[in-house]
Amino acid sequence: MIPNSIQSLFSNSAFKKLGSLPFVVGCLFITTLYVAVCNLAFPADSALHVSTYTVTLFGKYLCYALLALAVDLVWGYCGILSLGHGAFFALGGYAMGMYLMRQIGDRGVYGNPELPDFMVFLNWDSLPWYWAGSDSFIWMIVMVLAGPGLLAYIFGSMAFRSRVSGVYLSIMTQAVTYALMLAFFRNEMGFGGNNGLTDFKDILGFSLQSDTTRVVLFALTATFLALGFALCHFIVNSKMGRVVTAIRDSENRVRFIGYKPEHYKVWIFVVSAMLAGIAGALYVPQVGIINPGEFSPLNSIEMVVWVAIGGRGSLYGAIIGALVVSYAKTRFTAIMPEAWLYALGGLFVLVTLLLPKGIAGFVPAIADKFKANKSTKNTQSVSNKTTPEVK
Amino acid sequence: MVVDKHGSPLLAEDNISPDTRHGVILYVEDVSVSFDGFKALNDLSLYINDGELRCLIGANGAGKTTLMDVITGKTKPDVGKVSFGQQVNLLDMDETQIARAGIGRKFQKPTVFEKLTVFENLELSLAGDKGIWTNLFHKLSGEQKDEIGKILHTIGLVKECNMLAGALSHGQKQWLEIGMLLAAKPRLLLVDEPVAGMTAQETERTAELLTSLAGEHSVVVVEHDMAFVRSIARKVTVLHQGSVLAEGSMSEIQANPEVVRVYLGEETGDA
Repeated sequence: MIPNSIQSLFSNSAFKKLGSLPFVVGCLFITTLYVAVCNLAFPADSALHVSTYTVTLFGKYLCYALLALAVDLVWGYCGILSLGHGAFFALGGYAMGMYLMRQIGDRGVYGNPELPDFMVFLNWDSLPWYWAGSDSFIWMIVMVLAGPGLLAYIFGSMAFRSRVSGVYLSIMTQAVTYALMLAFFRNEMGFGGNNGLTDFKDILGFSLQSDTTRVVLFALTATFLALGFALCHFIVNSKMGRVVTAIRDSENRVRFIGYKPEHYKVWIFVVSAMLAGIAGALYVPQVGIINPGEFSPLNSIEMVVWVAIGGRGSLYGAIIGALVVSYAKTRFTAIMPEAWLYALGGLFVLVTLLLPKGIAGFVPAIADKFKANKSTKNTQSVSNKTTPEVK
Repeated sequence: MVVDKHGSPLLAEDNISPDTRHGVILYVEDVSVSFDGFKALNDLSLYINDGELRCLIGANGAGKTTLMDVITGKTKPDVGKVSFGQQVNLLDMDETQIARAGIGRKFQKPTVFEKLTVFENLELSLAGDKGIWTNLFHKLSGEQKDEIGKILHTIGLVKECNMLAGALSHGQKQWLEIGMLLAAKPRLLLVDEPVAGMTAQETERTAELLTSLAGEHSVVVVEHDMAFVRSIARKVTVLHQGSVLAEGSMSEIQANPEVVRVYLGEETGDA
């Protein structure tokens, strides 16, 4: 009764399920091992030595990669073009920054054991209520997830239930991150205003300046990226993920077969925001500062460009995009800083025109063409055969 | 205004089944809808019997699609009553709830999930829990696979099972969409212009498909193609300016002078 083609689908699925997961995790593992050994085991004058600067730089790229993954999850798979993911990233970063500020203790310029320097400077005599618990590592972890998650939940529930979508939604996300930037710039907000949070000393008692801590932070970032990748992979390959893809293709159809698209959209948006928050939290101890500039709308747009260049709707594509563009940015801004935005824009235009599915779509596109040729031939012969035998 | 029932326990809704003891599955009574003063539906009453295949015809603007929108919860009428069986009041429910209660709708333009395979399209449409967490860990049971296999047979897309829906021909997409409705095990199917843009051969297949569905399901077909309507319809309802103009068998309808005047006039020539 069940045709062969269905059977073959099921036997394929075990293979299909893992996809690029082992490859990505393997790459991350090898890179981490390489960086750790070459930084810690070889002396600075050895040819094999990897400088701590490089370790930190690559750590930063991996944070961006995790962030790109988050953007791809909502944009590539659910069709929600968020131009405000920088806000989630920055909120995660601020949660970590607050914890790190409290770890400074009395080593600050003013030597106040309780208050961060900027609060002493503002003549505040106690911590604002929302700084309560910020010296706890566990509380920090909770806030890294809850801050972005809550914002995404509130925004998502309101926007998706009112069925706002497309350009309008994108503009709203952009407005949210812009509003947050303006708010965080204000000193009275209690987040260090313009200067943000910086001068961090240590994390869980380990000095942030030491090579070992840097390498551990790098390894942690790689681990979280691998976990994030595995999570996204699991989601997009589950039935839930197929519903999400279906929402991207035709939200109305999904609604009329009995799903609540808005629930699915809020859920995926919250998960994505939390991933972005984790990326921000890992980013801050490595670069040593978080300031309102991270909320800048431009940042959020750059994230979308990473995903577009890497390959929208491909998880490893998002990672590749973030790595390639960030590396290009580091190189470019060193040589001709003023030309970077033009280069980025040019890259975006080129990829959109020549590789609409991004870098990741390049190889499969060729394979697909080959397959499509084959399958159209098949269906032609099939439909010729089947039509007459219908009663 | 769409009635918002988000967050309510959704499992309970799956148990809704229409009370059809009187043989009628859909009651539409005295329904009026107006858009900016234009009466799209004007005091319309319509009864669909359980298991029948009904054709709705009418000129453009007669209110056919608006009627579909009202039944499926997309548009709320100004006045009137719409109920599924005797008990289930559709006006209190949103689109998702109505779909879960067992009313499937095929859109005018074929609407399938283009980036998913034919199989996956049907998988998503299967009746069952439509919540997020269950679907995150959902595995198809053997029964469900058989169910999908059966539907693939019914709609004649067995060989295309693993193809992306976007790669199907226009006619195949229409059948897939009908298959998706079937997968949800609906009691009532609303089918909007199923043969628009189809070849003669495809049209014939679609007619067979729809007639075979009647009985187990109640089917309402909106169609412009008179030859097609003639080939499938046992009972035809003619809509004109938002209300029912005539109802009866195709020959009765064709003999009705009122109908001939407003609608069939220019088309009876080819009969």
